[in-house]
Amino acid sequence: MPRQTPSQTIGPFFSFSLVAGGENVLIDERSSGERILVEGRVLDGAGEPIADALVEIWQADSNGIFKHLADPRHEDADPFFAGFGRSATDEDGRYWFRTIKPGPVPTEDGQQQAPHINVTVFARGMPIQAITRIYFADETANERDPVLASIADPQRQQTLIARREQSADGIARYCLDIVLQGEHETVFFDA
Amino acid sequence: MTRLDRLKPLDWTVHPPYLHEPYRSTVSRSPRQRLVPLPQTLSELTGPVYGDGDVEPLDSDLTRNAVRNGEPIGERIIVVGRVLDDDGRPIPNALVEIWQANAAGRYIHKNEVHDAPLDPNFTGAGRCLTNAQGEYRFVTIRPGAYPWGNHDNAWRPAHIHLSIFGRNFLQRLVTQMYFPGDPLLPLDPIYNGVPEEARQRLISQYAHDVTEPAWALGFRFDVVLRGSQATPFESEGGS
Ligand SMILES: [Fe+3]
Repeated sequence: MPRQTPSQTIGPFFSFSLVAGGENVLIDERSSGERILVEGRVLDGAGEPIADALVEIWQADSNGIFKHLADPRHEDADPFFAGFGRSATDEDGRYWFRTIKPGPVPTEDGQQQAPHINVTVFARGMPIQAITRIYFADETANERDPVLASIADPQRQQTLIARREQSADGIARYCLDIVLQGEHETVFFDA
Repeated sequence: MTRLDRLKPLDWTVHPPYLHEPYRSTVSRSPRQRLVPLPQTLSELTGPVYGDGDVEPLDSDLTRNAVRNGEPIGERIIVVGRVLDDDGRPIPNALVEIWQANAAGRYIHKNEVHDAPLDPNFTGAGRCLTNAQGEYRFVTIRPGAYPWGNHDNAWRPAHIHLSIFGRNFLQRLVTQMYFPGDPLLPLDPIYNGVPEEARQRLISQYAHDVTEPAWALGFRFDVVLRGSQATPFESEGGS
């Protein structure tokens, strides 16, 4: 059996290959669901913004369906929704995505996971990516979400929950910083 | 819903830890809390799916995909390999994106400060999809070593960065491919962050069967992603 290839840092110079522009917009005018803006900063252990991080997201459509063969409902997935997006952080460490609010995602035993976005963070100084999730503060389903419930410390749970703010154009804005280290360190997962 | 085919865990005997102090940027950028176990749900076992419409044939030829007024300077090379999982199964339609310095060790990037010439005919960016056998192929220019600020007189060994999408969110891998016999490798804290027994698998091999007469040297670099927890059916490996 071959063994896994080791990860290496993405380094500081990925953007001319990985980011042409527009990869952080997952929707067009035909996509169905509630349009939202998801944004935040990526911060290091000193609280300094990380200006050379790459944030990737993967999420279900507004009905909680993934456009992927592993999802038995994939034929019903929204053809006008990308599901995947990528955002390089700017000088202030900021990432942002224009997407839709995902629907709840079923588990194998018939329960539901609260709406969430899967997140991968890459950066210079990270030899391997970190994975986390973004949940939405206004979802009562958060209280029954099995992944959130597995985080014993309620304060650490909060590191995954984006607060909702109204933006000037009426589109809901969800804000969440990703903190790599320190007192407010984001919960990162091992899956 | 149907039973999901789960992946084996990440093999931490091959992957570098978040904190490797000789690589100085890891000190403030490494998570310190224990990772929280995450069940592999539909969210993790799905991921972006790529197809022929996502890449152009020229995207994988870095000696031609940025030509303005001539050929890029440097030593032409051909880099081939397979994307597999650790059950040995090839992964077709995997998106492989690469980026690298030019022959002089210079990147196209606003934060690049190395005093080495840019090449007007080379950007160092390419992409391709693996074929049905999981194979990929790039034509490019052998990258130069370049200095960086990690420590006094620090130089990165020549390398090509690779970003790979496998079948799902959990197979995502970003890595670097090095060249055999590079004297800078034992001095590089990024390479040395990988557990010693696994480092070798980051080094490509010279491949004479890939080398094209009077044109370009060939190198082979296979990429292995996490495989399935379930034992693959024997018929899948059959001819
Ligand atoms: Fe590099």
